[in-house]
Amino acid sequence: MTDTAPALDLDRLRGATPPRNHDARTIAALTANPGCARRGVMDAAGVDKDAVSRTLGFPAPFGQSQFAITRGNVFEAQVKADGCAELLTLLRDRLGLAVPEVSYDDLEVVAGNEGRELRHARTRRLLRRALDSGEGTLYDHPLLRLEIAGQVAYLEPDVIAFQIEGRFHIVEIKSFAVIDGQAEPSQVAAAARQAAVYVLALRRLVAELGHPAERVSHEVILVCPENFSNRPTVTPVDVRPQLAVLERQLARLTRVDRIVAELPEDLSFDLAGALDEAVRAVEARYAPECMSSCEMAFFCRDEARACGATGALGRSVRDDLGGVDSIGTALALADGTLEPAADLAETAAQLRTAARLRAEALQSAGQGTAPDGAGLGSVA
Amino acid sequence: MSVLTSLAQLEAAAAGIAQPLATVRHCHLADHPLVMVPLKLAGEAAAPLAVMIGSDPAAPALLAVPQPRNRDLRFAFAAELAQVVLKHIETHHGAVEDLPPAKDGTERIRYTDAPQLLVPNRGGVGFLRMLGRSTRFRRTDGPYAVEPSVPVLGRWLTWYTDRHDHPGSALLMTMTEALRLHWATGQSSLEDGNLAALLGWIAPPGGMDGPAAAARAEDPVLSPPAGPVTDPGFDNEVLAPAIAAFDASGRDPRAEERVRRVLEGQLAPTWELMWRAVEVLRALPEGASVPARWERDRDSFTYFHQTFGEAYPQARRDSPVRAAKRLHDMERAQDAYDAQRAFDDPLVMAEHRLNGLAFGGTVTECDPTRLDESGKRPKLRPHLRVGTEDPVRLDPGTEVCSAARPGLKGRVVSVDGASVLLELTGGLGRKLTPEPGSVPGVGARVVFTSLIPGSFGPSRFPDKENTPWTHGGPPADYEPTDEDAAEDWS
Repeated sequence: MTDTAPALDLDRLRGATPPRNHDARTIAALTANPGCARRGVMDAAGVDKDAVSRTLGFPAPFGQSQFAITRGNVFEAQVKADGCAELLTLLRDRLGLAVPEVSYDDLEVVAGNEGRELRHARTRRLLRRALDSGEGTLYDHPLLRLEIAGQVAYLEPDVIAFQIEGRFHIVEIKSFAVIDGQAEPSQVAAAARQAAVYVLALRRLVAELGHPAERVSHEVILVCPENFSNRPTVTPVDVRPQLAVLERQLARLTRVDRIVAELPEDLSFDLAGALDEAVRAVEARYAPECMSSCEMAFFCRDEARACGATGALGRSVRDDLGGVDSIGTALALADGTLEPAADLAETAAQLRTAARLRAEALQSAGQGTAPDGAGLGSVA
Repeated sequence: MSVLTSLAQLEAAAAGIAQPLATVRHCHLADHPLVMVPLKLAGEAAAPLAVMIGSDPAAPALLAVPQPRNRDLRFAFAAELAQVVLKHIETHHGAVEDLPPAKDGTERIRYTDAPQLLVPNRGGVGFLRMLGRSTRFRRTDGPYAVEPSVPVLGRWLTWYTDRHDHPGSALLMTMTEALRLHWATGQSSLEDGNLAALLGWIAPPGGMDGPAAAARAEDPVLSPPAGPVTDPGFDNEVLAPAIAAFDASGRDPRAEERVRRVLEGQLAPTWELMWRAVEVLRALPEGASVPARWERDRDSFTYFHQTFGEAYPQARRDSPVRAAKRLHDMERAQDAYDAQRAFDDPLVMAEHRLNGLAFGGTVTECDPTRLDESGKRPKLRPHLRVGTEDPVRLDPGTEVCSAARPGLKGRVVSVDGASVLLELTGGLGRKLTPEPGSVPGVGARVVFTSLIPGSFGPSRFPDKENTPWTHGGPPADYEPTDEDAAEDWS
């Protein structure tokens, strides 16, 4: 691992606050926007982005309703009750797995100590034994490690590693309903992305322990409530596509140490310092999709809007404009007041045609095109 | 999305107010739509919390479940909702109109109107779909009996939400999608999903501009979300204590009133927005093909209404033949919808012009009486040269028709940098000289397009009994079981 010089820099970046652990959600989200240096640096340094965004006056709206939390907890407790009795019944009956005798190890707390190094060591030890002997069935709350952009991140998966016939499966318990065999696609996709992170981390661990990575299956087992009831149902999900994306994105992630090397030496995200300036010193790449996954999204959106970035209107708009980053430039190209550089000639020509066609159509329909004449301001 | 839409978004961002994407209204709007603003309990698949419903802006009805985890209260809510929805359906389909009989002699009728449902967003449709699914199989007798109206409501909600998937259908519309069809805002599509923000860009409240109105709309306290998911802060700080008080009081009516009041506070702003959006849409003139699409909706409604008594509740999953047919119908509807909108609206046609599938300009040369005498009999084939600046991408030989008069058909003869030579082939009358006024003269502004309305013909599908083995063979007939009726709803 590369716990060398950059790690020290990263600790300094974080300031006085303790580091935050990555979870699969943050890693899965990281791959959604791999080009964002701001996010990369802050995540690598374990900066509490939630606190930062609140201090900056752009709190992230990621609150969770207690109704949803309660429902999730009740369901999980039900599935895991009595050494995962209900889960085992499902695995036997629905998936036809010949689960023989069963052992259940909870790795959440080690002798009253929740230190992550200790917990990871215990996970390693137990998994090594399981891999060597083929014994051991259910391991709850394993603590895994994954190297991200040159930094080691600890993962606290809320999952169970399940071994059968010498292969490990990730079991993920989710409280969204599967209705007539179908669930909300976005939720399944998010669950699959997260599970892929765990599969990858577990595979790395298995490889470190000297076993073939394939001993961790690419098929994860999703446990969800069935229809409108509280009864669990299991669905095997193949996460190979998500794994491929994840591995490619992690390999491509801009090396954080390279970004850090170019930052001012006294830069710090300490909440008590000149936070606004510090955050702006690292370049962001905002897209509206950030809103669903990154705590900094509102700050970055404000910044992107203030400088008239086309990306704030959505990726498709930025793509349509073929490399024109600023709204003002795009409009100037459209109305012909700006002569395009050679590489933008094609985009500019298309924008001009679009502007002409729009004006013509609006005129033929008897509407003006004056900017302030649009909308329906008078209705209100 | 296209450069044209993107440009409109840029203009909106620069101007601080939404810009039109359409010059006419492309959806039917009933005189008395039934507006529904549903809320559900967070974390549950379909636990109704409340709905604000009605067809009079000044008199909404509020239905609420004081303890959403209680099964009996849920079914009581479903029965109340059924009463409102079914009454609206029965009082808003107009009279029966007799149509000429079909080719095989069967009688055909159509209601003169159909009840229209409006919800704020796609989530609202998803919730109604789930509510329909969880109520349509219930039995009105036996151990888990429910009110007779509950399964009827379930079947109607299922039908409405299925119909929503049908391109161009206006029976169940979402307000965000309807508005986005007509305006571009200076924010992303994700933010447009917030009805208050979207409407804020289109018709900002007095003294505000689009961005200010949208910013206000993002504050869940000033502007509660349009559902069906509630704001987590509201859940934790307001709703949960109110529900707990209801439980603790042993279902005291005053505690129930408190739950209703807080839910009303969340729903009322969206109710106002819905009706303001209706007003905004109504201000647009209706597109020429909107009545024809609404007629298809009325046909569909008439069929479902007429066969309601004989049919079972809709199956959990479509059979293969039904699924294939449905997909085909939706593709045809999409094709027709896209073409119709372009013919109705020069701003939509501009998209096709930008893509090179249509072109517009001025007639520069015209030979209205040209005859093609290569065959046995001479044919009237006027030539028309149209000067255009559009980026035409049509090959010689492509069939085109006039955007203003689709009956006027022609074929592309040649395209050079600044003009297109057309040979007109149809819509000229039956004689060897064109009907007066049918050929555009020199100087006339014309638009021609390769879109041909109704070019996507129906396909034939096998009967259910002849489902091919590739699709699993003929499926067993679906009959609702006791198990369906007794399904948990917890």
